[in-house]
Amino acid sequence: MEQIIANGLYLGAQYALIALGLTLIFSLMNVLNFAHGQMYVLGGFVTYTVVSQFGLPFIVGLLASAAILAAVGAAIEKFLFAPVIKKSKREESTMLLAAGIAFFLDAVILLVFGEKQRGVPKILNGVLNWDFRIIMPYDRILIGVLAIAMIAGFILFMQYTKAGRAMRALAQDRMAAELMGVDVKRYSMIGFALGAMLAGLVGGLLVTITGINLGMGGPTSIKAFMMIMIGGAGVISGAIAGGFILGMMESIGLTLLAAYGDITYLVIFASLMIFLAIRPQGLMGKPWG
Amino acid sequence: MNTNRLIGVGAFLIAVFVIVPLLIATSGRWDFYYTLTSVALLAIASAGVWLTFYIGRINIGQGAYALAGGYVSAILVTKAGFNFWVTLPLAGLFCAGLAVLIGLPILRLRGVYFAMVTLVLTEVGRLSALALPVTNGAKGITSIPLPGELSIFGLTLIPDFATLQNPKLAFYLAAVFLMVACYAALYRIVNSRLGHLCRSLQQNEELSASIGVNTAYLRVLTYSISSFFGGIAGAMFVAISQSIYPSSFQVADSVNFMLNCFLGGLGYVFGPMLGTLMLYFGWDLLFTTGRYQLLIYSSLLIILMLVLPNGVLSLFERKGGRK
Repeated sequence: MEQIIANGLYLGAQYALIALGLTLIFSLMNVLNFAHGQMYVLGGFVTYTVVSQFGLPFIVGLLASAAILAAVGAAIEKFLFAPVIKKSKREESTMLLAAGIAFFLDAVILLVFGEKQRGVPKILNGVLNWDFRIIMPYDRILIGVLAIAMIAGFILFMQYTKAGRAMRALAQDRMAAELMGVDVKRYSMIGFALGAMLAGLVGGLLVTITGINLGMGGPTSIKAFMMIMIGGAGVISGAIAGGFILGMMESIGLTLLAAYGDITYLVIFASLMIFLAIRPQGLMGKPWG
Repeated sequence: MNTNRLIGVGAFLIAVFVIVPLLIATSGRWDFYYTLTSVALLAIASAGVWLTFYIGRINIGQGAYALAGGYVSAILVTKAGFNFWVTLPLAGLFCAGLAVLIGLPILRLRGVYFAMVTLVLTEVGRLSALALPVTNGAKGITSIPLPGELSIFGLTLIPDFATLQNPKLAFYLAAVFLMVACYAALYRIVNSRLGHLCRSLQQNEELSASIGVNTAYLRVLTYSISSFFGGIAGAMFVAISQSIYPSSFQVADSVNFMLNCFLGGLGYVFGPMLGTLMLYFGWDLLFTTGRYQLLIYSSLLIILMLVLPNGVLSLFERKGGRK
C-alpha cells in the first residue's frame, strides 16, 4: 500500500509538471499544443547530449534543456502561432499548425538525435528500503523532489512576479488585460516559452530514469491531455490535481489490475469518459457559457 | 444546381471512372490504384470528420470508428460467414449506434474539451481491440476472404472479387463509387434543412436552442452520421488489406483525418476530399527524399498554414465569393 502511494506521488509529480506547461499555453492562447510531447522528448535529448556526449554535470544539462526549449517555444509562438491566429477565421486552425509542429519536431529529433533509446548514467546510486514497505531508488526520490520543487517554484512565480500576474490577467480576460496596459504579445510569447520550458525540464529530469526515445512524444501528449481534462483546462490547480490523480490511478491500476493483463489505461479512459459525462469541465475548470 | 456545377460534377465523374483507369492502363502504374483507393476511403472518413466540424466540434476520434467498423466487418465475414457487401452497411450502422451511445455524454463538451476526449477515444478503440477476446488481440484478424458475389434474384450486381482478373481495379471502382455516394449524401445534408440547423449550431448553440432547435438531438444525429462514414471506410479498408490489427487505425490516423479537413478548408463540402488527396499524395511523392520526408512534409504543412490558414479552397473565395 505505501509502495503504491509512493509510486503514485513520484509519477504524479512529473505528470503535473507536464500538464502545467500544457495548461499554461492553453489558458493564454487558447491553443491545444499537440507538440507538447515532442517538446518533452526534445528536452530529454538535449540533456542526454550535454551529459553523455559532452560529459558535463547533470544540472548543466537540465539548464540547457530549459534554455533551449524556452527559446524554441518563444520562436514557435512569435513566428508561427501569432501570425496564424491573426489571419485565421476559426480558432481551430491553430490545431493544424500545432499538429504540423509536432510532426516537424519529430522529424528534427529523428534527424539530429536518431531513433535509438537514449539514457544518461544514474545520478545517484543506492535504494531506499524502508522495512520492505517502500522500496525506491534514491535517484527517483531526487527527481520526484525536484519536480515538486519546480511546481512550487512555478506557482510562486505565477503568484508573486509581475510577469506571472500579467499572465494570469491574460488568462482571465485577454481584452481587459490589454486595456489595462499589459503587453499581450510579449506575455503570450513568454507564456509559451515558459510552457515549453516546463516540458523540456520534465524531459531532462526523466531521461535519467526512463531514458528517452522518439516514440514517447505522442503518448506523452495524450497523457497530458487526459490530465488537463481531469483537472479542467486552463486552470493551474487543475493541472496539478490532474497530474497527481493520473499518477495515482496509474500506480494503483498497474498493481491491482496486473492480473487481468494490460488494461490499466483502458479502465482509466473508461472512467474518464464517465467522469466527463457528469462533470464536463473537469474538477476545477470554468463551466461553459 | 446550375449548369456550371452539373458540368463540374460530370467532369469529375468521368475523370475518376474513365480517365484515371485509362491513364493507369496506358502507363502501367498499377500501384496507383492502391494509392487512389486509399485516398477515396480516407476521404470518406474525413467527410465524417468534416460533418462534425460543421456543428462546431473538432473530431479527432474518427480512427476509433474506422477501427470498429473494420472489426465488425472482419468478424462477421470470418466468424459468421456473412457476405462482405452485407457487412459494409452493418459496420456503418454499428458505428452509428456506438456513436449515439458515446455521443450522448461527450457531445455536451465543446471546443478543446471535445477534441481531447475524442483523441482519447481513438486510444480507447486501440486498447479495446487489444483487450477484447473477440478481436484476437495484437495478432489481429488476418486472411479475410475477398468480397464475394452480391446478387439479387439471381442478377449479379457485384461479381465475386476472387474470380476477377484485376481486383485492384474493382476495389478502386468500388471505393470511388462509395466516395461519390458519400459526398453526394454530404452535399445533400449540408444543403438541406438539417444543414441549416447544423450551421446554426456551429455559430451559436445557445441561441439556436433558445429559438427552439433541438440541439441535443441534432448533435447526436450528425455525430452518428459522421461515424457511419468512418465505419464504412474502415470496413472497406479491411476488405482491401484483408487483415486488421489494433494498430490499423490509431491516433496518427485520427489526426490525419482532421488535418485533411483543415487543409481542404472547413467551409467547403469537397474540402476534405481535396485535403486527403493532397496530404496522401504529398506524403507519397516525398518518399523519394528518404530521411527528410517527414521534415519536408511537416514544413510544407506549416508553411501552408501560414499562407492559407483557411484551407486551400479559400483560394477561390476571393474570385467567386460563393460557397
